[in-house]
Amino acid sequence: MTARGASPIPLRHRDLLPVLLVPVVALAALPLVGSFSTWVTLTLAGLAMGMIIFIIASGLTLVFGLMDVLNFGHGAFISIGAYAAALLVPALAGFLHADSLFYNLIALLALIALAMVVTGVLGYAFERVIIMPVYGQHLKQILVTVGGLIVAEQILVAIFGPVQIPLTLPTAFRGSLVFGDVAIERYRLIAVVVGLLVFAIMLLVLNRTRVGLLIRAGVENSEMVEALGYHIRRLFIGVFMAGSALAGLGGVMWGFYRELLTPAMGMDVMVLAFIVVVIGGLGSVGGCFIGALLVAVVANYTGFLAPKLALVSNILLMALILLWRSRGLYPVAKR
Amino acid sequence: MSLLGGVILSGNPPRGMALMLILLAILLGLAFAPVLFPGMEALNVAAKICYFVVLAASYDLLLGYTGIVSFAHTMFFGIGGYGAGIALYNLGPSWGALVLGTGAALVAAVALALVIGLFSLRVRAIFFAMITLAVASAFSVLASQLSTFTGGEDGRTFRLPEVLRPSFHFTAGPFTASGRILAYYFVFAASLVLFLLLLRVVNSPFGRVLQAIRDNEFRAEALGYRIVIYRSIGNCLAAAAAALAGVLSAVWLRYTGPAVTLSFDIMLDILLMVVIGGMGTLYGAVIGATIFVLAETYLQNVMAMISHATAGVPLLPVIFHPDRWLLWLGVLFVLSVYFFPLGIVGRLWRK
Amino acid sequence: MSEASPLLNLSGVNTHIGPYHILQGVDLQVPRGALTMLLGRNGAGKTTTLRTIMGLWHASAGAVTFDGADITAWATPDIARAGIGYVPETMGIFADLTVRENLLLAARSGPIDEARLHWIFGLFPALEKFWSLAAGVLSGGQKQMLSIARAMIEPRKLFLIDEPTKGLAPAIIANMIAAFRELKKSPDTTILVVEQNFLFAKSLGDAVAVMDNGRVVHAGTMAALADDRDLQHRLLGLHLDQHQ
Repeated sequence: MTARGASPIPLRHRDLLPVLLVPVVALAALPLVGSFSTWVTLTLAGLAMGMIIFIIASGLTLVFGLMDVLNFGHGAFISIGAYAAALLVPALAGFLHADSLFYNLIALLALIALAMVVTGVLGYAFERVIIMPVYGQHLKQILVTVGGLIVAEQILVAIFGPVQIPLTLPTAFRGSLVFGDVAIERYRLIAVVVGLLVFAIMLLVLNRTRVGLLIRAGVENSEMVEALGYHIRRLFIGVFMAGSALAGLGGVMWGFYRELLTPAMGMDVMVLAFIVVVIGGLGSVGGCFIGALLVAVVANYTGFLAPKLALVSNILLMALILLWRSRGLYPVAKR
Repeated sequence: MSLLGGVILSGNPPRGMALMLILLAILLGLAFAPVLFPGMEALNVAAKICYFVVLAASYDLLLGYTGIVSFAHTMFFGIGGYGAGIALYNLGPSWGALVLGTGAALVAAVALALVIGLFSLRVRAIFFAMITLAVASAFSVLASQLSTFTGGEDGRTFRLPEVLRPSFHFTAGPFTASGRILAYYFVFAASLVLFLLLLRVVNSPFGRVLQAIRDNEFRAEALGYRIVIYRSIGNCLAAAAAALAGVLSAVWLRYTGPAVTLSFDIMLDILLMVVIGGMGTLYGAVIGATIFVLAETYLQNVMAMISHATAGVPLLPVIFHPDRWLLWLGVLFVLSVYFFPLGIVGRLWRK
Repeated sequence: MSEASPLLNLSGVNTHIGPYHILQGVDLQVPRGALTMLLGRNGAGKTTTLRTIMGLWHASAGAVTFDGADITAWATPDIARAGIGYVPETMGIFADLTVRENLLLAARSGPIDEARLHWIFGLFPALEKFWSLAAGVLSGGQKQMLSIARAMIEPRKLFLIDEPTKGLAPAIIANMIAAFRELKKSPDTTILVVEQNFLFAKSLGDAVAVMDNGRVVHAGTMAALADDRDLQHRLLGLHLDQHQ
């Protein structure tokens, strides 16, 4: 029998404060920006960019949260995904040039599928060959994955050459939808939709499936999950492949966003991805989502309001958040 | 031998015949470079080896001895280069300007290292590594943007004090040396002194505590050592050494700019140098830096030959193309992390 | 005690953790259908023994046999699947998962058996009350109950339980004793419990083994140990003797 009488059930403490960050920042920027239509453009650009960064960073944070593996080579998969898609572009020329949203989307889907398959498979190889031998040794992981990144980038340059490759947007993705004096770029809308879809699917898998349950439990205490009878190491490789595939997907979206491919494109985005992962909390998909949107939106606003500050705005943002919550927005309750 | 081993090499001479010979060869090669390897290109390579040895050794102090993984080390290298460069540019080519610039650079580097060091205590090591990556890229961008001060993307070209200029001629009996040769020996001597100083630091009681902390933080703390203080000092010393390496690079190149000091490529380069050479040994930095700089300059020629020779075969000429020398170093780097965790020095060192 | 072969048998088990030689030749038999208490001072190697059985640390020498199979080198998930439910000293609760999700995870073969769940709620009413809440909000005692409930959610051949009463209030310990008595009623239930609380051990144990310095120094029935005060002092109050 319990020592006290019937004790009240504690309110489920939902930590919603970080969720408010993005809308608050967006609204605060409105008076600063002045013009509503400019604000819409900036916000949408931020959301679109944020979604793409989320897609890329989500794989990174899950892999670290679950496997305790720090993969500095993640950037390689971004580039590889984009370049793999570029290989298929000529074959899909008809679909891409057609002025039909439907055909363009099909082409985009095909490109994404190819990128994800290629990076997923390479992710498997990367995990088995490069990472597995150094499980549990953080320093070596960092070194080895950085090495892998260098080698991968060099191979890309060897195959494709060091020059930039343009990647033109499919016809129906170009241009904007105009409402009064507010212009909404089509591709940015599409990026937002894709990002939301990915987020929704991730949440669904994590919260409603047994695999998701295993992942969430494993992020907290993978040893206990094993003691409950699950071969969680087999899950690791699956998650790693998924993370790499997501990086590939992000690479394709990023390539179209910038309309340009360079061998170092993965590296550039990766710094942003790391910042997002740190802000969101290692292992938290929700934190990653908020962090990505926040970083992108803030970068766009400062790019407009104080251009010189724009590129360091991420660092300042990261410092501020770490001062508030030193382990990120939603730190995972580690063992 | 005991004078050499005990005093000059701070009681930590390289053990093993092979290692000793290699280091001796490097030392002699650098000391007599103008004579042994005539020509400007060879001298450039030698000077580059000199200040990169200091830079790599300072990174080894951070990574191998203090156990801190940081991707922001080139920041301090840049601070040193810019300090000297901006001073010589704005205040004219005098020794006073050089000293002033170096002093300012040291202060800035140590201050920044302190800030970063204190911040690193609030967060986990993994976080810290990622944060340094972000900070370094931000710093690099900042340097490019503050162009009125730093010269932006193009950097700053400047002239050296008269004695070190190429046009200067120094005659002592039958020997004539141009200012360039004097500049080389300035760089060489300074690098040698700095390296020996670093050797003294890691073999001092302070250095031993650092290693104890690196190996078993828990126990070190239990023994009463304030980890915070030791790590911060280690951080600052490494930063100061890197800044001085930057000053030397500015003196030699007569130029400073983001591409030669702050680029992430350089960060990867010193990472490769330290790991391939051997972490936590300092001598590893010497070997690593030498191999790297030599490879960067001469390996490309070798690869060009192979590339030509395999012209008909698919893919091979592309992979052996001289521009891909970094690919091979990357592969070597990955292999050495697996198979030679203690680097080349580890292989040759006999306990 | 049962005459049949022991369900779990350790012979000559040595375990090294890094440079430390923790288990130095453990011989232990856990009889079927009974509750065996594993007692001993702090640092005697009790937790290490359980972890070695579960394969979380691998024995450097010796053999662990479970239900006739040699599980010494098996991987932890396989050992669990052989029918062992493990309740670690740290409880191993997933704080971000709800009580329901914690139990669901432990029910390997699919959905939770309603009848069994009802039985568990009877023993641990708090779990029903906090069913949909994150396990992190539970009190220490409730977390311990959840950890034990997780092991009980499906039939197991062997329960390995590490210090279930550590840090719990006496009233909750009484609750725990009642729950264990209920658990013992199930047929073919074999339990190995590591404990420091001798009174708890005395009220539940059928067999007892005492460890010291990485070895089992005494094994026998709980009744015999409970009767022999000298033996108790010798085995469990060793440090007291040294001061006398």
